[in-house]
Amino acid sequence: MATTDLGVDTIGGGAANRPPAAAPPTGRRRRYSQLSRTDKIVLGFMVGVPATIHIVLVWIPAIFTGILSFASWDNLTPVSAVKFVGFRNFWQVFTIFDNKLFPALFNNFVLVFWLFICSAIGILLAQLLDRNIRASRIYQSIYYFPVVLSVAVVGFIWKSVMFSQEAGLLNILWPGKPIDFVGDQSKIFQVNLPFLDFPLGLSKNFAALLLAMAWRHIGYIMVLYLAGLKSFDPSLREAAAIDGCNEWQSFRRVVFPALKPINVIVAVITVIEALRAYDIVAALSEPRGTEVMGTLVTNALTGEGGGRVGIGSAYGMVLFVLCIGFIIWYVINNFRERQT
Amino acid sequence: MTNHSQKSPSPSEVGFALTSPMSRRNLLVAAAGVTGVTVLAACGSDDDSSDATNAPATTVAPAATEPAGTEAAPTTAAAPSGDEVTFGSNYSDPKDSAAIKAAVEATGLNVKINTVDHNTYQENFNTYVQQPDDVMCWFAGYRMRAFAGKGVVGDVSDVWAGLPDFSEGFKNASTALDGKQYFVPFYFYPWAIHYRKSLFADKGYEIPKTWDELIALCDKMKADGITPFAGANDGGWPQMGMFDMLNMRTNGYDFHISLMGGKESWTDDKVKKVFESWTTLLGYYQPDANGRTWQDAATAFGKKETGMYLLGTFVTSNFDPATDPTAQETIDDIDFFAFPEIDPQYGQDAVEAPIDGFMLAKSPKNPDGAKALLAGLGGAAAIDAYIAVNPAVVAANSKANTAGYNALQQKSAELVGAAKFISQFLDRDTDPDFASNVVGKGFSDFIADPTQVDTVLSTIEEQKQTYTFE
Repeated sequence: MATTDLGVDTIGGGAANRPPAAAPPTGRRRRYSQLSRTDKIVLGFMVGVPATIHIVLVWIPAIFTGILSFASWDNLTPVSAVKFVGFRNFWQVFTIFDNKLFPALFNNFVLVFWLFICSAIGILLAQLLDRNIRASRIYQSIYYFPVVLSVAVVGFIWKSVMFSQEAGLLNILWPGKPIDFVGDQSKIFQVNLPFLDFPLGLSKNFAALLLAMAWRHIGYIMVLYLAGLKSFDPSLREAAAIDGCNEWQSFRRVVFPALKPINVIVAVITVIEALRAYDIVAALSEPRGTEVMGTLVTNALTGEGGGRVGIGSAYGMVLFVLCIGFIIWYVINNFRERQT
Repeated sequence: MTNHSQKSPSPSEVGFALTSPMSRRNLLVAAAGVTGVTVLAACGSDDDSSDATNAPATTVAPAATEPAGTEAAPTTAAAPSGDEVTFGSNYSDPKDSAAIKAAVEATGLNVKINTVDHNTYQENFNTYVQQPDDVMCWFAGYRMRAFAGKGVVGDVSDVWAGLPDFSEGFKNASTALDGKQYFVPFYFYPWAIHYRKSLFADKGYEIPKTWDELIALCDKMKADGITPFAGANDGGWPQMGMFDMLNMRTNGYDFHISLMGGKESWTDDKVKKVFESWTTLLGYYQPDANGRTWQDAATAFGKKETGMYLLGTFVTSNFDPATDPTAQETIDDIDFFAFPEIDPQYGQDAVEAPIDGFMLAKSPKNPDGAKALLAGLGGAAAIDAYIAVNPAVVAANSKANTAGYNALQQKSAELVGAAKFISQFLDRDTDPDFASNVVGKGFSDFIADPTQVDTVLSTIEEQKQTYTFE
């Protein structure tokens, strides 16, 4: 959120401050006069409309969510019925609903970790496909195919085509007794934390879900990185080869640093995908063991017959606090790049 | 649609599988039936009777071709009586929307139908109910009571004075805590234990009447190499039906409703007793119920791999004669029986049957017209017109024409008509959020590991405290 806000600033400020590329460098005072009245109106309009839309659709709801996380409201009675309850929602979320919140946080954490692995695989595939091997277009299409599908469709495919106990492909190929991919909430590994009365761990059904997510995420990152590699100056790589770099060294020391903008985007997309994960879990009907922050927020907010706005907002704020650190890092990074 | 649903299906989403020649014949009856019905309705109304007589009947056929999801055109064809009444409909599938249109036309009133996609309607109901149409579609039980309690829907007690054709069970299900009615029932489907007639005949199994007979039957099936109970719990709702039945048989309907209303403790010994019985039954389930969809379990049931299946009568909709030539045989072979008695004090007096129907807006633009419409929809003529177009439901009205029913519908009508108490299914009998996010998750934990029952129950009880019921 802060990102775009700053972005708007830079676009506005940049247009006014930065000299047009073609114009010769002139004195500071002259630059302002280069914009005619019409320019200013057009620019003001172009900046003002998106900024207004952004503030109305993103910032105001976000601030209201923050306020509502301290309130009790059912989303049904008039707004005057909103009752402020201090930190009660947060207290409830952290103590009474701890068997939902902490597994969800844990799963989101696993997801960040896992999607970074997937991103690495995607980058590797991009690197391989960039070498004009035969039929690379076909490989590209195959890897990219899952990205074209909506996540709900991906969820449905994995649930009924791959995972189903009766008719799923994986269970048909599996020689033993059918595996309950979707429902098995027993843990692969678990840790006991002193402040929780239940163990946290990676449940088997969430591990199965990670497979489905990898299937989609790898292709996404691959295409993104492939686009970056296509724009990469081949002479740099040649120079590296002449200097005696092997394949890995040339990637690690030359290609990877040169593609920093793409790397930042990949990192951002990976973290965002991991934190906002919702749709695929929902498509698999949110079995126990696969809760993520996204499903907790949605379930509490959209409950029919009286939503639990306060609790849902509190979950949302927890997610927000998690995101904010990352957003700040991204903004700073982005800002520096623009300055250099 | 119900494939990845988080909620039990509503009667309007699922229906009875019908034999295809049957339904074609029924559709023929439809045209005739609707004409007859509208004649009656027109005679009942005070004015414009000559115009109203044939006009609605002629609109039935084009209505059937109308695409789903589009806003149904106002009924301009007729010259119906009175000012316009708006009707918020969630009957969005083509067949359903044609059927509800026929039902509304059977009332002979000037009604504008606003159709919204079924799922969207349900998810946005909170917002919708604040600016609703005069009459709106909704569900009986807690889901209705919650809105009645918040004062956002209108009292229809005076309409009920003119609705003598509903059994006591239906009236109870339409009554809120203040003793007034806020709901007019339309149709329903029951939950019961389904079985294959041929399997029971082949193996000489008897319908169990008591808990002990049920367990004995399970043991017999197990010895014959058949899994006694189909187990599905994907989405977290299918096994709520098992809890409801066990609780109502063990502790009675009143305790069940009181528990659902948040007035009893989940750590009560009465509830623990229910879970003891459930643990026994789980031993006879298909393994790994949590990850199995009801459709997958129904397929296994169709192959006679499992002997019994506690589900709504919509189980037959898993078998589609259009794609599978043996499906019809399977459908005709499916029968059901009421859940056996556990405590003789309660016998088999309660039955689970989600009811769909209608509510009145808090301040309708046309109050008289809205009430007249509700009275009309509560009458036998409206449901007859509906069933004439879509025969896959069972009418709540006892005077409805049952001639077109198949055996399962006939039996459903008898089962529910005779019931002293009708429960609405767990996710309709309590706060929907509490049902899916607390109870449903708890049941999943219990099914995954029945030894954890004490932790599960104390967690449900703890989380229950954060909800305000009704």
